[in-house]
Amino acid sequence: MIHLPIVKAADRQFEADPNNAPKDDLREELFQLEKEGELEVIRVPDNYIELKTKYGRIKKIPVEKTWHHKSCGQCGHIPGYSSSIFWLNRQFGLDYHDPTDQTSCTAWNYYASATSNPEAQAAVAIRNFAAAHEVGYFPLIHCGTSFGHYKEVRHALVHQHGLRRKVRKIMERLGKKLVIPEEIVHYSEWVLAMKDRIAERQTVDMSNITATVHPACHYHKLIEEDAIYDSEIYGAQRTAIITGTLQALGINVGDYSTWYDCCGFGFRHILVSRDFSRSFSVQRKIEVMKEEVNPDVTVTHDTGCVTTLDQSQFAGRAHDKKVGIPVMSDSQIAALAMGAHPYKVLQLHWHNADNKPFLEKLGFDVDKIWSEFQAEVDLIKAGKKDFMTWEDAEK
Amino acid sequence: MMALDLSQNKHADVSYDEKERLFDEVKADERWHHVLYGCYECGICVASCPSARFYDFSPRLIAQAVAREDADLIYTLMSDSIWDCSQCFSCDRCPRQNSPGQIITIMREVAVRNGLGTAKEALQGYGRIIYKIMLTGSQVSPDMLQPDAFPDWGTHVYEIAENLEEWRKALPPETLHTTETGWVIDDKTIIELYLIWHMTGVMDLIEGVDEGLYDIIVDVMEERLEEAGYDDVTFD
Ligand code: SF4
Ligand code: SF4
Repeated sequence: MIHLPIVKAADRQFEADPNNAPKDDLREELFQLEKEGELEVIRVPDNYIELKTKYGRIKKIPVEKTWHHKSCGQCGHIPGYSSSIFWLNRQFGLDYHDPTDQTSCTAWNYYASATSNPEAQAAVAIRNFAAAHEVGYFPLIHCGTSFGHYKEVRHALVHQHGLRRKVRKIMERLGKKLVIPEEIVHYSEWVLAMKDRIAERQTVDMSNITATVHPACHYHKLIEEDAIYDSEIYGAQRTAIITGTLQALGINVGDYSTWYDCCGFGFRHILVSRDFSRSFSVQRKIEVMKEEVNPDVTVTHDTGCVTTLDQSQFAGRAHDKKVGIPVMSDSQIAALAMGAHPYKVLQLHWHNADNKPFLEKLGFDVDKIWSEFQAEVDLIKAGKKDFMTWEDAEK
Repeated sequence: MMALDLSQNKHADVSYDEKERLFDEVKADERWHHVLYGCYECGICVASCPSARFYDFSPRLIAQAVAREDADLIYTLMSDSIWDCSQCFSCDRCPRQNSPGQIITIMREVAVRNGLGTAKEALQGYGRIIYKIMLTGSQVSPDMLQPDAFPDWGTHVYEIAENLEEWRKALPPETLHTTETGWVIDDKTIIELYLIWHMTGVMDLIEGVDEGLYDIIVDVMEERLEEAGYDDVTFD
């Protein structure tokens, strides 16, 4: 009998060699096109941190001068997601820009309904990039789908001369240039790049917390060569995003067998075929996490994932499914670790699954922090205050 | 689960020439040469596909049909299958470097462009989303969180809807105090978006699937464009 050595996935290390990457480095082609006068590249500002991508190439993550390309789903339905990103920037005293000259990427509509086309999609992306460039900031993309989509748009614009020509013409009419960022950067890459600085200023001990991670499909499956990997995390066999951040905060990250599965969002499904989204999310993700890890929280980094994993649990509970895991973004967890208010900054009241046990495990007096937030709302209701300010959020 | 009828009887009234014409449109797409390189029939795409678990749906079948150029089967899939896809692109791990998800994206665009009845059906109930994104530049808005729209999300949607105005004002970023859009968006930005819709012919796609919706959106856009000095821009 021949004895062959069996290497378990856990013992295997993926050695990334950028010189032998199966995909070309798009940035080289981008700079070449710039030399030929085809487009202009928006450079990553000087203050950046280097992370490694799937095939070992370096990706520059800007620390500041970031133009926050907000997500309609985050801002609309889970706004503490975005406010936590801004709160982190403010805590570090970083120069950032929260623009009003920004549209959504419109890709949700595109993937859901196909009532758009590649020219329109590319033009919307370049209009936003140009708006960032005009005010001297670098786009930081909040939404996982916008991020994946913009990577695709950049890829298409580099490879399709005809598309470039059409988009350039549209931009001329708008009085704008065809500009493309050197890197397409997702906010969670910024959080990961900042993880040590966040951990240095951590005030809430999270070492008693176990979390599961769900990486967004459009983050690591679309144009996968642009996602961040790290030899210390899963042996570089899976993206290091979120997991690296949580581990730096002392959180125990539990693994589960459907890690690679999507959340069930489905773009059109979450809106018009919701039975699919609910069932997939509960049966393939939440129940599996519950059975295999039983985490205190599950952490993800995209709009649709937070929404689907969180909201679907209500129907799951009605069907006696094993549910009951709070769902948050890595930006919310990072802000919480640095002392952000769970309701004023993280805005957890917009989330669905019960997050009280999680907050209590971290030592929060939930009634007290809720009444602090409610006091702000009462002032607004009574007309004594127009808005809650950043200063109010710090009180 | 509804079984996919592959007998071709369902679409026997559509001529083979018409089916071929639609497939030619798929193949004429600039992305076509980056999404299909043949198929091993390995099924890796199916194993990673969320929709394949819940529907009679298979990315392998789609890759196979287009690789074999089987216009009959492609028409059946374009009519009865492609809207099941979740557009997650888990199937991009295909060892042949195919992207069944992207093949489906192209097929969906062709189905919409040609006003296929099943595309219209698939997009029923989707009008308010198209309306929102085309006109406001922000797809999901806080005021969509209404109990009747999301009954399966439970009682907390009532609480949000009841407190919406005040809870939005209790958000520290100044750009988020909105209810009709995700954030404050400049008028100038919206006008630029309308000009993009105009120059790229996107409204023709919407007209193909929902004429009533098209009329409403175009009316609003033309009025705002005129106010902004673009009286020469019409969608006719
Ligand atoms: S993974 Fe690729 S090669 Fe394998 S069946 Fe699917 S499309 Fe064909
Ligand atoms: S993109 Fe569509 S076909 Fe591909 S894995 Fe996702 S649901 Fe399946």
